[in-house]
Amino acid sequence: MIYFDRVAKRYANGREALSAVSLRITPGEMVFLTGRSGAGKSTVLKLIALLERPTRGQVIVNGENTGKLPNRKIPAFRRRIGVVFQDHRLLMDRPVFDNVALPLLVADASLREVGKRVRAALDQVGLLGKEQLRPSELSVGEQQRVGIARAIVSRPPLLIADEPTGNLDPVLAGEVMNLFRRLNEVGVTILVATHDVHFVRESGLREIVLEGGVVAGSEESLPLPPLQAHR
Amino acid sequence: MIGALGRWLGRHAHAAVSSAGRLARQPFGTILSVLVMGLTMALPLGLNLLVQNLRSATGNFSGAIGISVYLHQDVTDDKAEQLAANARARSGVARVQLISATAALEQFRKESGFGAALEALGSNPLPSVLNITPTADGAAPAAVEGLRRYLAAWPEVESVQLDGEWVARFSAILEVLRRVLLLAAALFGAGVVAVVGNTIRLEILNRRPEIEVTKLVGGSNALVRRPFLYTGALYGLISALTAWLVIAIALQLLQLPVAQLAQAYGSHFRLAGPSLREVGIVLGAGTFLGWLGAWLVASYHLAGIEPGAS
Repeated sequence: MIYFDRVAKRYANGREALSAVSLRITPGEMVFLTGRSGAGKSTVLKLIALLERPTRGQVIVNGENTGKLPNRKIPAFRRRIGVVFQDHRLLMDRPVFDNVALPLLVADASLREVGKRVRAALDQVGLLGKEQLRPSELSVGEQQRVGIARAIVSRPPLLIADEPTGNLDPVLAGEVMNLFRRLNEVGVTILVATHDVHFVRESGLREIVLEGGVVAGSEESLPLPPLQAHR
Repeated sequence: MIGALGRWLGRHAHAAVSSAGRLARQPFGTILSVLVMGLTMALPLGLNLLVQNLRSATGNFSGAIGISVYLHQDVTDDKAEQLAANARARSGVARVQLISATAALEQFRKESGFGAALEALGSNPLPSVLNITPTADGAAPAAVEGLRRYLAAWPEVESVQLDGEWVARFSAILEVLRRVLLLAAALFGAGVVAVVGNTIRLEILNRRPEIEVTKLVGGSNALVRRPFLYTGALYGLISALTAWLVIAIALQLLQLPVAQLAQAYGSHFRLAGPSLREVGIVLGAGTFLGWLGAWLVASYHLAGIEPGAS
């Protein structure tokens, strides 16, 4: 599902965020990405969602080599990935319904389908009935869950989350993590970047630790998964 | 197939309606922009009407253009009749009045009081004259000149004289005005593109977070651009309507004084407003210019807005 082979990322300002990251996440897995601030967690997620392209090495997501994907195919590529941000990036001047519906609207779903799926997604995060409220009328935890509903509304096979519990108290954080586990149980592959080490250890799920731009405790190159052909 | 078309239409209808809603929610800014563009469009539109009205006013003067054809003195009255018939058959000729040498002499004798002196001359000193009035089409400077040459080439013709040459000069001035009008329309059109472009640019900057999130969840450039194109086209359309309104009001205000002026000259001339076809052209051109301005700016700016940048 996600495959990194000796990936390096150097930003335009010269900072090298990743130097040689190799990792592999198989379909149906739920994995935590941990490490101190600045270890490169956000960069890994940005490379997966194709918000950035690798400077060196290969990033393969959903069978696509992101370094070589033509620009015109980026929108379709992104539609197959749900992204949750720490700052949730909701549109504060739009009702909850519009925010959650956005991925469906850009994918050209019919209006009936949109209504049905948005309510289903809000139901999953426990916010059914708040469609017409604006994000500013919700609590921080509820806003974060709206962000998650938006990420899962189009039922992408892959969900990535950057510090989804960073602004939440332990109870709310636990609820969000449980929500991810339930999604994982129905087959969604999930990668969560977090420093909530407590929950990671308790969950017993795989943990990938980033340290100084590489994956701690593993340097080996991994076998290449099958790729989609591009003209 | 029907479903895909329906969804395509739905998408565009949604973009159009939400763009209209956005304009309605910022009435002050919208009105200011629309006023700037509407007045800009009203100027060439008004100039066009001015030229057209002057032209139709001078069209009424086409009766003032006449050609007097003096025949050689030895041309007989019968021959003169025949030449008059030939001239009538020519296109662009509305009326030919023959004043035969005999008739001219008779008239002169009666009106001048020199009857006795004429008797003394023995022969008739006056030539036959054809007074030719061109049709409205035939009164254009080039047509009149063509007719003049045609007549001058007849062997029986002594000389040809044009009356009302000032009308031809006035037509030439109108032609210059028409060129000025085209130039003005081009310049003001470019102005409309620039104003819409700048308005859309501000709108894009205001909606940057929305654009980023839309791209993040897989919105294509075309999808992100669409509402801005509709906004631009709507600006253009509303501005063109405003321009039309401004012109209609100006016409109302001028109608009475112009009618009074025309009456003072014994004319029934009335100011003409834009035709339905012209209104259609202005609305279409306004919409297109708005769309163009939005397209230029949106294509340039949207490519640079990527969600990863922040």
